[in-house]
Amino acid sequence: MSNWKPVCPLEDIPQLGSRIVRPSTGGDIAIFRSAADEVFALHDKCPHKGGPLSQGIVHGKRVTCPLHGWNIGLDDGQAVAPDVGGCRKFAVRVDNGMVMLAV
Amino acid sequence: MSKPRLVLIGNGMAGVRTVEELLKIKPDHYDITIFGAEPHPNYNRILLSPVLAGEMTIQEIVLNELDWYREKGIKLHTGKQIARIDRVNRKVVADDGTEEYYDRLLIATGSTPFMLPIPGNDLPGVIGYRDIKDTDEMIEAARLHKHAVVIGGGLLGLEAANGLKLRGMDVTVVHLGPWLLERQLDEVAGRMLQKSLEDKGLKFLLETQTEVLIQGESGRVAAVRLKGGMQIPADLVVMAAGIRPNYALAEASGIYCNRGIVVNDTMQTYDPKVYAVGECVSHRGIAYGLVAPLFEQAKVAANHLAGYGIGRYTGSVTSTKLKVTGIDLFSAGDYMGGKDTEEIVLNDPHGGVYKKLVIRDNKLVGGVMYGDTADGPWYFQLLKDGRDIHDIRDSLIFGQSLVGDVGHAGNSKAAAMADSAEVCGCNGVSKGAIVQAIKARGLFTLDEVKKHTKAASSCGSCAGLVEQILASTIGGAYTPAASDKKPLCACTDHSHDQVRKVIREQRLTSIPQAMSFLEWKTPNGCDKCRPALNYYLISTWPHEASDDPQSRFINERAHANIQKDGTYSVVPRMWGGLTTPAELRAIADAAEKYKVPTVKVTGGQRIDLLGVRKEDLPAMWADLNAAGMVSGHAYGKSIRTVKTCVGAEHCRFGTQKSMTMGVKLEKMLFDMYSPHKVKLAVSGCPRNCAEAGIKDVGVIGVDSGYELYIGGNGGIKTEVAQFLCKVKTDEEVMEYSGAFLQLYREEGWYLERTCHYLERVGLDYVKSKILEDEEGRKAYYFRLLDSLKDARDPWATSREPQAIKQFIPIAVAVDA
Repeated sequence: MSNWKPVCPLEDIPQLGSRIVRPSTGGDIAIFRSAADEVFALHDKCPHKGGPLSQGIVHGKRVTCPLHGWNIGLDDGQAVAPDVGGCRKFAVRVDNGMVMLAV
Repeated sequence: MSKPRLVLIGNGMAGVRTVEELLKIKPDHYDITIFGAEPHPNYNRILLSPVLAGEMTIQEIVLNELDWYREKGIKLHTGKQIARIDRVNRKVVADDGTEEYYDRLLIATGSTPFMLPIPGNDLPGVIGYRDIKDTDEMIEAARLHKHAVVIGGGLLGLEAANGLKLRGMDVTVVHLGPWLLERQLDEVAGRMLQKSLEDKGLKFLLETQTEVLIQGESGRVAAVRLKGGMQIPADLVVMAAGIRPNYALAEASGIYCNRGIVVNDTMQTYDPKVYAVGECVSHRGIAYGLVAPLFEQAKVAANHLAGYGIGRYTGSVTSTKLKVTGIDLFSAGDYMGGKDTEEIVLNDPHGGVYKKLVIRDNKLVGGVMYGDTADGPWYFQLLKDGRDIHDIRDSLIFGQSLVGDVGHAGNSKAAAMADSAEVCGCNGVSKGAIVQAIKARGLFTLDEVKKHTKAASSCGSCAGLVEQILASTIGGAYTPAASDKKPLCACTDHSHDQVRKVIREQRLTSIPQAMSFLEWKTPNGCDKCRPALNYYLISTWPHEASDDPQSRFINERAHANIQKDGTYSVVPRMWGGLTTPAELRAIADAAEKYKVPTVKVTGGQRIDLLGVRKEDLPAMWADLNAAGMVSGHAYGKSIRTVKTCVGAEHCRFGTQKSMTMGVKLEKMLFDMYSPHKVKLAVSGCPRNCAEAGIKDVGVIGVDSGYELYIGGNGGIKTEVAQFLCKVKTDEEVMEYSGAFLQLYREEGWYLERTCHYLERVGLDYVKSKILEDEEGRKAYYFRLLDSLKDARDPWATSREPQAIKQFIPIAVAVDA
């Protein structure tokens, strides 16, 4: 069962930027904020070589991995063609300006 | 409201490419219907020759599978010829009675082979060479028959002859011209080509006219009689004497045609609702028969069909490569020359190499290469860019000298490489893998090859080699855009130069402003254009445009270099490579305190602390700042280091105080951002222990002052710096090198090193700005100092409350 946890106020994540969430059980999660203030959450590990997606440049609904430039879709965690691969995504929403993550 | 309807007549490369371009920039705008006379989906006509030669199959050359049409919601009618266009009622009618109404019509009916008007030209066994059906017929003929005659020694004719020969036929090429490929080659190269093809077993009859095709007993063609009476056996005759634009349909509907459907620069015909692209078109009096220009036309037509109204097609310069395996020739532009041109020729008949470059007014206007075509794409780029070649004239004929590029074992000639040879040393991509991807996926541009194979997508040093492979695989279809017109990235059609110009002229100071003014195609760009825009804005308007951290690569946001495991490396600045016991002690303390696993001395004379966790960065900087150290910018597209030798302070050979000079330069340039990284060096004497010859700016002390060198590079492309000038004082060193760097900062394209900038604009140009124009030089120098007046240590500013948040992960308690 998913369990909604408050993470931070939305304004603590820059637009077209991200923050790292570190669950006590391990496995960093990257939370992204788009230009339109949508939020997305992905396992902070690129399907290519494990790069930290949270450190990438966010554009549209994609993030570019800082290590080798793979583009990953923020809403589905899948690599953009012609690359193939995916990473786990998490449910995330904004409640009264507070970012909530299902972990 | 229903969508407007677009009908395309012609399911070939030009037409479908236009539709693809249209879908890219404005999907869902039209209901699209495509008519094709052939029963196949769109395929790569250029690769019919490899199919004939048995090197590929039909399946491999299909560009758009039927699924593609379905996915895009395109209604496809194959095997239907359009009988007429009814422009009054805006509909087209196919020969089987199918009707479709249009709001916009796109005609891309291509061309037809020119069948010589001689008796017997309609006999069985006499064909043109145009489509899959012709290719199948040739393959079938090669299986059953012995003798083939190809009429026409042009590109298509020679490729057909080569294919038929490989399939076991006895082939004679009958050619009217004085030498082969006379529209692409001069006589010397034409003769060399003939010799190589004769060695492969082909026979040639030049300056020979065909008179009659003679019917045999079976009813099929049996022989060819030539003017003069000679007769040669022929079970198959391939007419490759040229193509004719196929515009009969358009002409019959009353659209103005003149040796092609006449279009303006927007690819619009005289009927404003009707556009035309491809080989059926006559643009400024020229009908193009190669695919590269067609793609340029497709882009323009798509833009206007989308209603954006940007872009004009102004004609193309074309280049040629013959797709006959084992034969290397390349020609481009005005390869014959004339009264007002000069020629540079390299001729080695024994070695099988011939190169001719045609020059007019110090610019390359054409060239022919035979045997060694490695530099073809480079010459072609120079030609398209119209670059003044005065300063490289003495070595021009020897090519770009790719020997300086590293990472692909010194290979520089694509055709000679084995399929297993590694091309991209960063990503381990072989030549065979690249060729395979180009063929199987129908790739036409360097960018596409980068995306699909990853070759040339990391350090880029093999890009030239990949371009050659592309050129030799798809022949004349490969045409790079002129450098100054290459779009910055897929988000825009504007080039780096155009973007910079608009930012300056319109006084744009933010990324959203620039994107909206320049009509960016994506809402917030991509990882390629945003860092470029950010740099252009802050370098053009240093005190007005505000930096956008989210448009910087992580290294420049975290002021440290990201490593493969996600940790960072920290490099404190050591001015001119100098340090003190106190600094070393502070570095040692920090290394221990933050459990730094690796401490390394860098090539730039300082110390690298590797393996630091991101959340430790701010505290570590605070410790280092407290000991008086600042960021070394070892991570940025910025000033890196000024390397120095010991110099006159201690060295018994030193003529100048290189350490002092180096520290002065490094302090002046502190926190300078630039298109790419910038490294300097100062040596105290011509022994040059600081290796100033491979730096962006190299300073070498001599007894009477300093020599300044620019544009050197010791990395990807080993490039020796070029001598700029000699100066007397320290102040002059700062003024001249500062002015050059500011010129580069204002004109360099993002991610272009000084050596590439210099190659693009030429040393003469830089001299004209920096040496010959004293006021101009002082103005550049002033602008540099002005933009650096608010330089700050990013380590200090990143520790401020708002900025520090990005370094700290958010802990969330989760029930296990």
